[in-house]
Parts: sequence; structure tokens; C-alpha cells
Amino acid sequence: MAVRSVGVVSPQRMVFDEPLRLKSGGVLPRYELVYETYGELNAAKTNAVLVCHALSGSHHVAGYYEDDPKNIGWWDNFVGPGKPLDTRKFFVIGVNNLGGCYGSTGPKSIDPETGEPYGSRFPFVTVEDWVEAQARLADRLGISEFAAVIGGSLGGMQALSWALQYPERVRHVLAIATAPKLSAQNIAFNEVARQAILTDPDFHGGDYYRYGVVPKRGLMLARMIGHITYLSDDAMAEKFGRALKHGAFRYSYDVEFEIESYLRYQGEKFSRYFDANTYLLTTRALDYYDPAAEYGGDLAQAFARAQARFFVLSFSTDWRFSPARSREIVSALVHSEKPVSYLEIESKAGHDSFLLEHPHYHAAVRAYLNQVAV
Amino acid sequence: MSTVMTPDTNETAQPESALRFDLAAIARWVQPEERVLDLGCGDGALLAYLSATKRVVGYGIENDVNRVIACLDRGVNVIQSNLDQGLAGFEDGFFDRVIMSQALQAMHNTQGILQEMLRVGREAVVSFPNFAFWKHRKSILEGRMPVSESLPHQWFNTPNIRFFTVADFTTLCDLLDIEILEWMGFDDQHQPLPPDADLNFLATLAIARLARR
Repeated sequence: MAVRSVGVVSPQRMVFDEPLRLKSGGVLPRYELVYETYGELNAAKTNAVLVCHALSGSHHVAGYYEDDPKNIGWWDNFVGPGKPLDTRKFFVIGVNNLGGCYGSTGPKSIDPETGEPYGSRFPFVTVEDWVEAQARLADRLGISEFAAVIGGSLGGMQALSWALQYPERVRHVLAIATAPKLSAQNIAFNEVARQAILTDPDFHGGDYYRYGVVPKRGLMLARMIGHITYLSDDAMAEKFGRALKHGAFRYSYDVEFEIESYLRYQGEKFSRYFDANTYLLTTRALDYYDPAAEYGGDLAQAFARAQARFFVLSFSTDWRFSPARSREIVSALVHSEKPVSYLEIESKAGHDSFLLEHPHYHAAVRAYLNQVAV
Repeated sequence: MSTVMTPDTNETAQPESALRFDLAAIARWVQPEERVLDLGCGDGALLAYLSATKRVVGYGIENDVNRVIACLDRGVNVIQSNLDQGLAGFEDGFFDRVIMSQALQAMHNTQGILQEMLRVGREAVVSFPNFAFWKHRKSILEGRMPVSESLPHQWFNTPNIRFFTVADFTTLCDLLDIEILEWMGFDDQHQPLPPDADLNFLATLAIARLARR
């Protein structure tokens, strides 16, 4: 059978009335999660795979919408019939995380207490809180254990966290282009992005919804900074080099170089659909993530309770979460005698590589998932 | 929540006869439930066999992406790494046994990797083609570089960069304060040689079990 798309999909919604106590101390008394599923859950319910999204991702992992066929899922090249995460074998779930802006309860949702969007009142959420919410969704879907939890970047952190928070509920973890915690440099980039949003006059302390505006410039800048870190120096050189927009200098601060045009375009596009508060919350969740912290920084000890098998993947030119960061995870897992495999894919595309099609990358995931029993 | 009922992987046990003869010999030295590191593990055949039959906690190290994928395909733990960069990330004395089968002759950092093997492992097992096997000597006498099953390449395309003999290896171990606990040698019919045989002359492939002195 040929490789194809999962086809037309539609998001679903689950309402949770049991309060969720968050790591920050905040509480969400009631919340909703939007999610999508692909493939069929088998009778024994042993073939479920959770896909965790990264900073700007969503529950729309694969396929497209009937009324919007151009809106293709963010990991459509990875999930589908005959694809590395094969929906003929697995029942795949994508969830929009809490604090998100694609339909799950987040800062732009209406706070039942005030009848207005949460805005600045939305509590801080962490990777652990997301996993907790995902686990509750799994409960409601009757899934007691996942065959695998898979994610790239921030999604990889959730996948790792699953193995620690619910060791008996996940058999395999695929942690792709991720890190066991952010470095000072990672946090620094996040902080610049946040400052761009926080200092935008249209931010209004996070309650911009009330004023009918969005901190567009801040969000645009944040996304531009992000894009620099997603690409490698090589990829930028190859894609743009010093190519000029108009063939010759115009001696102005308008776009001179193609790279400027690209960043502005990406930033502008993003600022039209993404919520600034979600961006702030999500970058903070990245900063806070550090599963070794409660073990005196000993990551191996943090992994001691894991029962899953792990597959860790990195990309050679990824400098946001470099191969060295993945090797920290691998060393800690070996140290605590956990089954783990590791592969560094030769790729020019930097951090973005995890979203792209690459023959070795996809072949490796395919091979790994092929031997996962369901 | 229910306990995990589904097996982790679809691994199936291979009979010993399906293993390459030198790997089968190495496997006999491995005790049940050891922690094993297999350097240059190829397609993971040895580790798959050891985890199925001896329940070892095993990891393979392999640099070639296609071989890594072959390991993944059979459910073997494989960690991609370039051995010439040592075994950084593995702690001292973590493994019971570190194996390197027919790879030492292709490594630049020969002394370094031997020392690394006995840093992270209690025992090491090294197999290598014996350049001094009598047919190889005959070939040299006839004026040609030896080509055999254990040295299958031509001089111009061989991945091997170190050419050494059982006697040379013994001298190096002495120099590095490594004790050779046991030898196994095979003739070119894959038959094991008797323990008192002159391996340097009769073995086309030699396997040594090593420990720190």
C-alpha cells in the first residue's frame, strides 16, 4: 500500500470538570482540551500513541480539514498510512496543550469567573501540567497505557516527562531534537522574545483582548528571533546567503537582504494567528522544565523510575538543542540501566530538521516503531 | 491503572547456529544478566542473541547509520557514536563486559580504545584477524598482501589501518598493563584450535578475553 495522507480529519473536544492543580500553585477549576485522532484504537487498547507538540504546534498533527484542505497537519509527513508513525498499526492522538491558542483552554478563553478572557489571569503551566492533562484525556478515552509517546523539541520534553510521571503508562518514548533542560543561552533567547512581547504598547499587561488589539510587533519580533534559532548557519547560508531583495543596496532600513524578508514574512504571518500570551506561557514552560532538579541535578536518578524504552534522536546542525544535549539524556538513561537507542542524523536544516522529511530520520523511526509490540 | 501486559518489542530469539562463528564463541563467555557493551555492533546480531538467551542489559555502539537502523529494526539498544572519540558518557566500571569484534584493526586510536574498554568494563573481549596466520605469511613470502576470509579486502580498499598479530597484540597488552585472561583461536575452516596451539601461526581469527592487571 502506498504512503498516503490520513485524509480528512476533524478536531474533537473534551470537557474536564475536575479541577487541575498546577505546579505553579494555580488551579484550573474546569478546562477543555481539543484533540484529533488518526487510525483505529484496537480492541485491547494497546496501540495508542500520543504525539506532543512543540512551541507553536497544535492538536492538528496530520491530515486536513474538509472545509480548509490547505490546513495540513504540522507533522503530516510523519503520521499517516505507511508513514514512519503508521496509522494502520497505531492509534495516534494529538492534543492542543493547556494554555494554547488552538481551542484548548488558554489565555484567550473566557474565564467563567469574570466572563472575560483569562489574559493575565491565566495561571502558569508547565510540561508536567500538560502531561497531567494529557493523562486525564487518555483516561477518558479508556487508554491505560501508551504504546509510545513521541515529541520533538518541547514535545520531546513532554515525552520524557511522561516516562517519569506515569512510568507504568508508557512503553516507548521517542524524544527528538530535545534537551533535558534549557541552557542559559536557550533561556536568554526566550527572554528576548518575551521582552519583545511584554514591552509592546499593545500588550496591556496581557489583557489586550479587552482593548481589541494584539501585541503584533512584539509577537512578530519573538517569532523572528525564534526562526533564527530553528535554522542552522549552513541552512541560512544556502537558502539566503547575502542575496539582495532588489539586486542592489538602497541604503535604507527596509528589506535589503532576502533573510530579512524571510524573517519579516514569518514573523508577520505568525503574529496574525498566534496568541502572545500562549507564546509567553510556553516559553516559560520551556525555561522551567528540569526533571533532574528535584534530584540535585542528577538526571540519571530522575530517570530511575522510568519503565519505558527510549529512542533519542538529534540532528547534526541543531544548535538550539544540539546533539550534545541529547547525549546527556542518553548517558543518564544508560547510567540508570534503561533501554535506550540514540541516533544523530546528518542534516543541514538545524532544529527545524525534526519536522522535515529525511530518509535516514524517517527510516530510523520506522524501524524503531516497527518492533514496538501492540 | 492496569499493569503493563503488552511486551515491549517484537524481538524473537535466534538460535546460536544463526550467529557468525566468532560471535557465537564470544557469546559463550558472557554470563547471564551481565551488563554488556558491544563496540562496532553492526546489525546487532550478537546483542539480540545475548538479550534473548542471557537476559543481558546490552547496548551497542555503531557509527554507520544504516547499521544503526538495522539494530533498531531488531529491537537492539544502539547508540550512535564514533569510537575514535572514546567512550565519554559511560562511567567507570559500569559494564561487566565490553566487546569489540573485528573492529580494532580499523581504529586509529588503538591504545586509547583498549584503555577505554577496560575503564568502563570489568572485562573486555577483542577479536581480530591475525596477520601472522601461516597462509598470510605464505602470501607475503610469495610477494603479495594476504587476502583471506578474515582479511577479505585488497590493499587498496581495505578499511583496516592496523595490521597486527597475536604476538603483537600480546606485547601491546603488556605495555598497557592489560592481562590476557584467555585466548580462543580459529582456523580458516572456522574450527576452534586447541588451547595449547600456536595461535600466532595457526589462527586466522583470534579472540582475547582481557582485564586490567
